Parts: sequence; C-alpha cells; structure tokens
Amino acid sequence: MSEFEAVIGIECHVELKTDAKMFCGCPNTFGGEPNTNVCPVCLGLPGALPVPNARAIEHMLRAGLAFDAEIPAFSKFDRKNYFYPDMPKDYQISQYDMPLTQGGAVRYWLADGTLKVCRLTRIHLEEDTGKSTHAGSSDGRIAGSTFSLIDFNRAGVPLMECVSEPELHGADEAVAYLEALRRTLLALGVSDVKMEEGSLRCDANISIRPRGSRELGTKTEIKNMNSFRSVHRAIESEIARQIALIERGERVTQETRGWDEARGVSVSMRSKEEAHDYRYFPDPDLTPLSVAPARVEELRAQMPERPWQQFERYTGEYGLSVTQATQLIDAPALAGYFDRVVAIAGNARAATNFVLGDLSRLANERSVAVAESAVAPEHLAELIALVEAKQINSKIAKELLERMWDGAGSPRAIVEREGLSQTSDPAAVAALVDGVLAAHPAVVAEYRAGKVNVAGFLVGNVMKASRGKADPALVQELVKQRLG
Amino acid sequence: MPTTAWSIPILSSEKIDVRYVAKLASLALSDDEIDRFGAQLADLLTHVDALAELDTSAVPATAQVIESRNVARPDAVAPCLDRETVLAQAPARQGAFFRVPRIIAS
Ligand SMILES: [Zn+2]
Repeated sequence: MSEFEAVIGIECHVELKTDAKMFCGCPNTFGGEPNTNVCPVCLGLPGALPVPNARAIEHMLRAGLAFDAEIPAFSKFDRKNYFYPDMPKDYQISQYDMPLTQGGAVRYWLADGTLKVCRLTRIHLEEDTGKSTHAGSSDGRIAGSTFSLIDFNRAGVPLMECVSEPELHGADEAVAYLEALRRTLLALGVSDVKMEEGSLRCDANISIRPRGSRELGTKTEIKNMNSFRSVHRAIESEIARQIALIERGERVTQETRGWDEARGVSVSMRSKEEAHDYRYFPDPDLTPLSVAPARVEELRAQMPERPWQQFERYTGEYGLSVTQATQLIDAPALAGYFDRVVAIAGNARAATNFVLGDLSRLANERSVAVAESAVAPEHLAELIALVEAKQINSKIAKELLERMWDGAGSPRAIVEREGLSQTSDPAAVAALVDGVLAAHPAVVAEYRAGKVNVAGFLVGNVMKASRGKADPALVQELVKQRLG
Repeated sequence: MPTTAWSIPILSSEKIDVRYVAKLASLALSDDEIDRFGAQLADLLTHVDALAELDTSAVPATAQVIESRNVARPDAVAPCLDRETVLAQAPARQGAFFRVPRIIAS
C-alpha cells in the first residue's frame, strides 16, 4: 500500500432530458443541423426574455431528493459573467448561492460489494453553452487554430451541475461514484447520461496527502475525460504523477490539466479567465423560485427505488452476488421482469438462475430482450414452481423454457397435456430400475466387482427409460440401493 | 473580499480598481480615462453608500423587487428562427456556422 492517499472530488455536468430548452421553446435534441434549434432567447438577442422550463426544475428536485439533498424553500437564478464566443449573452444563467438543492449524498458500491457514501456539496441548474469547433489548425485544437466555428443548438439546454465533496480515494471509487450517479439519473428518467454524446461530462479535482493526514494537498483539476475508462486512467495517471513529484522533492502546482486519451497523459492547460471573477448577481429577468413543502413531499412519495436500495435488496434479501445484482440493476427492463418473477414465484435464487442463465442465453441467441420475449413472468414463475414441487426435473424445465420462448404459453398446461410430470412415485421408478438392471447383467456384475462408476450408465438408462421424467435423485438412490 | 448575502463584492468608493473592472469587461482604457472614470465611479458608489446609514438588520435579503415567484412555462417546443435569417445578421459566417476570431488561450 502506498504511503500516500488520494483525495478526489468530482464535478459533473448533466444535460437534462426535456423536450424544449431551459429558457426558450427550441427543441432540446442532440445533434441536428447546426444553428437550426435557435431563437432570440438562446442566441442572446437584445430584448429577449428567458422563462424557465417547469419540467427541468422538477427534474432537479427529483434528482435532489434521490440523493437525499435538502430542498430549500427559496432559490434563485444568477448571472455568471464571462466572455466566450459559445455563450452569446456574455453571461451564463446559473445558480450561485441559493441553488435548488443543497447537500445530499451519492451511495455507491465497489466490486467487492462494499456500500460507500460520497457527500454532495450541491446540485444546481444552469444552461449549457453552444459548441465551438476550432478550425484552421491541423488537429482541431485551440493551439494553432486561426478561427472558430460556433453552433448554438446546444446553447440553453438545461444543465445540472453536481459537485461532490472531496471524499473519493482512488480511481475505483471515483468511477463507482460516477456509475451510481449515472444509474440514479437514468432510473429517474431525468437525463440520458451519455458520455459519448456529452450529456454527462465530468472533471476531477485530485490531490494527494500522506496516509493518515487530515490536511488537503494542492489539487489539480483534470478535464477532457470522455468515458468512464478514461476517467479511471486519467485519475490513476494523475495520482502517480503527483506522487512522483513529491518523491522527487518537487511541488504540485495548482492548475487545470487536460487528459489526452490517445497518449495516456495529462497536459497543463493555461487558464482562460483571469482569476475566475465571475461577478455573480441575481438575474433580474427571472423570478425567484419557491418550492412548497407539500410539493417536495409529493415528489418524495413518487420516488422510485434507488439503485443502492435495489443493490441492498438483491445482495441482502435475495442473496445475489455483486456481479448478478449489478448486471440486473444496469438492465432496468430485465430487472423489472426479474422482480415480477420473484414476486410471483417467491424463489429469488431460482429466478436469478433462469433469468440470468437460460433466459439471457436465449435472448442473446435470438436477439430479443427477455422482457420482450414470449415468456411471460407468470409462466416463468409457474416453471419455477413446477421444478420446486419436483413435478419436473431441470432437464425438462430447460426444454420447456425453449418451447415457452417459442410461444408455447403456460408450462403447467404443457406438462398436463403431454404427461411430462416427473415420476417420483418410488414404486414406478423402482420398476424402471429393476427393468434396466435385468437388461444389463454384465454391467451389474462389473459394479459388484468394485467398478462403482458404472452406476452412472445405469442411472442414465433409467432416466432414458422414463423419457427424462424420473426424479434423478430418486433414481440414483434406488439404483445404489438395488446394487448395494 | 467581503461579500453581501448575494456575494457581490462590496466595492468601497475609495478603493475601486478601475483597471481591474475594465479588464473584466474587456475594455481598453487609457490612463486618462482610468482617472476620469475612477472618479465618476467613486461618486456613484458614494451615492449608494448612503444606504449603509439605514438600519436594514430586520429587512430580509431581496433578490428581486417584484413579488412574483415561480414564473415558468410548460416543457413545450416552439418554432425556431430560420437559419438563414440568423446567419445573415452575423458579422461572419462559414457555411452553417457562426465564424469567430480564434479563441485565445491567454
Ligand atoms: Zn431558443
């Protein structure tokens, strides 16, 4: 274990999923022909007035509640002043000291199943900027470019900024935190949270300190990470860089560094604005927001199960492994299907084995999602009940499942119609066993001479004689008894 | 720097840094202008200083003088502007984009 401990805080920007932009009626869509989703408000034309999107505000409140944040009774929008060509008003509407939600925490889990908590400083609502493409240089970077091209389609898209406390201690924790954040926002339906489309963007503040120390070291901010994998790599690389500096007797400089995914290194970026003096002040174009406590309670009551609660239910109550639980949580439709099966069948272990095993394999082979297949949760629950009651064995169950996938319907009906019910009547099975033993006297003799593994051959023949319907455990028991 | 409840820096009328304020506003001022505007701004702020003579301890902080709250609109799409109309008003364009001088990483 290293003698240093990393201290990491994550800042995320999440584009909210709405039909229209934050302060105007232009469509909030990804991509699109450049500069087609624009109007006087999002172009910052003189005299245009912003009016906030009610759904975006509701998304914020729901996200805040999902992270157990406080919803202050009063909040407001402020202007953040700076010049950048992708921001046409020369200020960004944001929230400074009275955001819609305060505090809260993200609960996440690690690969070994440990549940952890990272507190949030705040979540506030703002508007996204336009998109600039630096042109005239060979590689599209600012350095060497001679001009920039601006597309304002993204300008004014509702953007949630979520700032964590510096409570993450390594790349694994940081990525697990981001995954939990992403899962929660997806479950709420407030964002698509796609890093590749830029609807989730994140920066990491990283410092190191001697293990056991309470003091914070000088931090650097890492930007331009475009996948969870690159977040992991960038954080590991930055921790190693800082440790190497300290060990050489040098110091960490407070700066912003850009992650270069192709080269696997971060590069110092010089700051673009003098000392970041944004001169925030309340936006006079927008009225303050007050959220009635009754509204907060109403939204709280509608809160769906949160991913960490689902994780606890799956691993605790149902006894699933961390991998199984995570696999289900990351496939919400499959998890919903699984939950319905468990609710009816009451046997989580059998449901897990069918849903993540045979059923997922069939889904893969046939390229149809389990939840959209012909296998109704009620029918799978019936199949589980048939196996549980030893009316059919697992081999018949597998065969039935394939037929159910092909639209055969209720497994109980098939079993009754085709007489597939497992033979667990000892007398009937005993008769089959006796018949097989009588037909193979040589094998019986071999067994009695000490070659006990030939019992498998006899058991197999009894199963075949029963057309797969005999209870395998009973067959084994009776074969051994008769040979013994 | 001391701040109010709204975190607006309190600019004391004697100590206004015109050079800094001009830089934040991207204004290039000559030394003469800095002296002249400095004095004018100081006068303005002295006027606002009069407020400090009132006891406002019982007055709640106010971000807006109008009483309305929660003015919002439903999440509904409205027509956009025509791109050609928009780009025709730009100082420079290139194809479907606004063209701006290169962004300087200072
Ligand atoms: Zn617009």
